[in-house]
Amino acid sequence: MPASPRTLFDSIWDDHLVIPGSSHDDSSDVLYIDLHLVHEVTSPQAFSILRERGLCLRRPGQTIATMDHSTPTVPPDADGRHAFSDTETAAQVAQLEANCTEFGVPLYPLGHEDRGIVHVMAPELGLVQPGMTIVCGDSHTSTHGAFGALAFGIGSSQVAHVFASQCLLVRRPRTFEIRIEGTLAPGVTAKDVILAVIARIGTEGGVGHVFHYTGSTVRAMSMEERMTLCNMSIEGGARAGLITPDDTTFSYLAGRDFAPRGHAFDEAVSGWRRLASREGAAWDRSVTIDATAVEPMVTFGTNPATGIAVGDPVPDPGGLPTEEERAALRRALEYMALESGRPLAGHRVDVVFIGSCTNSRLSDLRAAARILDGRKVHDRVRMLVVPGSHRVKRAAEDEGLDLVFRNAGAEWREPGCSMCLAMNGDRARPGELVISTSNRNFEGRQGPEARTVLASPMTAAACAITGTITDVRELLQ
Amino acid sequence: MKITDPHPTFLPVDNIDTDRIIPARFLTTTRRDGLGCHLFEDWPEGKAALSDASILIAGNNFGCGSSREHAVWALVDRGFRAIVSTGFADIFHANAIRNGLAPVVIAGEDHARLVSLLDDGPDHETVLDFTSRRLICGPLDITFSARAVPTGQAIPGDAELDLLLARIDDIERWEAHHPPRIDTRKDRR
Repeated sequence: MPASPRTLFDSIWDDHLVIPGSSHDDSSDVLYIDLHLVHEVTSPQAFSILRERGLCLRRPGQTIATMDHSTPTVPPDADGRHAFSDTETAAQVAQLEANCTEFGVPLYPLGHEDRGIVHVMAPELGLVQPGMTIVCGDSHTSTHGAFGALAFGIGSSQVAHVFASQCLLVRRPRTFEIRIEGTLAPGVTAKDVILAVIARIGTEGGVGHVFHYTGSTVRAMSMEERMTLCNMSIEGGARAGLITPDDTTFSYLAGRDFAPRGHAFDEAVSGWRRLASREGAAWDRSVTIDATAVEPMVTFGTNPATGIAVGDPVPDPGGLPTEEERAALRRALEYMALESGRPLAGHRVDVVFIGSCTNSRLSDLRAAARILDGRKVHDRVRMLVVPGSHRVKRAAEDEGLDLVFRNAGAEWREPGCSMCLAMNGDRARPGELVISTSNRNFEGRQGPEARTVLASPMTAAACAITGTITDVRELLQ
Repeated sequence: MKITDPHPTFLPVDNIDTDRIIPARFLTTTRRDGLGCHLFEDWPEGKAALSDASILIAGNNFGCGSSREHAVWALVDRGFRAIVSTGFADIFHANAIRNGLAPVVIAGEDHARLVSLLDDGPDHETVLDFTSRRLICGPLDITFSARAVPTGQAIPGDAELDLLLARIDDIERWEAHHPPRIDTRKDRR
């Protein structure tokens, strides 16, 4: 019997289907979860549910926890005390430690040499492998799709479901191919590509779907670039993004702490190759992006789909079809204090943030440092560089990148989510304009009334030097 | 099952993200209750529109962005039992259902008629009838879809968790044929 063409997504889903949806009244499937990532913000209520119902955490060996969202990014003092922004963030972190002890979850606490942002740390340790199902109470769990794993964010109630059963009740999403073809121009990065993709399909374009990134551009990308791409799938409405694993994936995994070793690794690679080869091509939707036409991108509005080339004019509300859309754009431009018809290039910048699960890996820091090397951060600009993990931090320091940043006048911080969501005390002041390598430019995301422009690490570094929104290509000559 | 609201909250804005519903700095709580006072904290237009309503009429793609269930807890804590929109972000939609907050989906043209009616005068009693799946507002009689009825239950996740716990034997049988892909407790030294 000839099999109907199946996508990688179909294979992973079917391989983890414990009970199909038709066997009970809802059409949700019972899906098995291979790996559960936990952090301090979305887990306390889930641990409480276990306690309230007298349940144990079923598979602690498939669970791992870190602290990243509310942790300070300034180093501890001489006595090892951490400078939490307030008693609540300190209490939340202490609660995670207590919960992990009580329920037997391996934890990478403050001070651990491998601690980092959950979506930076887990791949680094080799925990993320092709064909897995991975969840976390965090929407940027989509990052791990870069490895050909089905990875998606869940709410805290579902965190409790996975704690208690290692399974989830979920509806099977549809598939959406994002085909990206061609070679990227100098100064253009994976971040610019994903901003261009989301600008094309809109923030709700992927609702109900899993993105599958294909094409020559994706094949040529490193694992870190692929993670940047998959990370922002959720900003296009898709809970997950997938990339078919290949030699780039396998060589990244070789020798990582939790990856199989020796003969077992070779066997695993054979299995991963078989998984990739099962792939057919039956997408529910498809779109093609010409990567050669992508330029350095910046966002002008208050959602991540408002990316434009740095030299392009901000759109005119008058050009939109409905009054609701016109009003929304007027409101966004008012919030951002930007004028339609003019490009963002040249606008004054107050803060530059390089970090977040989107762009805090070694290659991101290298790209920013290359631009900053031998230059100075503009007098009026405050620049924070927050590596994604202690491993990234150490590797960057081994290469002297910390000195490049410090000598330029930037602050070199301890790993964490930091100013991406501004819940640890790192935040912009009202009205300040932040060039941020993070993933969301929502109103107030980086502090009340703070204005966020999303960009790549290279573009962010260029803006830090000039103190204005800048086309990084002008600094590449 | 029916909800009647004499003055529904009217915020016909697209892409109301979960950061706007509840900013991250209020996520330091380790509890599920008490978040209603921070609903729309940094969004003056949203905050001003709040009253004692149980129905929120919003724009498309409601609840996009962060997976924080706190957004749903804040809405429920503030008394909301249903959100009416043309579409919801996936994670928010799932979180809402699990907390007895009904995500009510209506067609684009019906939404436009509802918005233009409420734009002209916001004081229209709105009825959501979950048995006949109809929204009645002034002269409008609109069919909707919703995967859940509002319960306003305080403890989330019960029904689904019960179902999963009832199937633990099936899950164990499945696991017997599928060894774990990872052991996070492995000694890496």
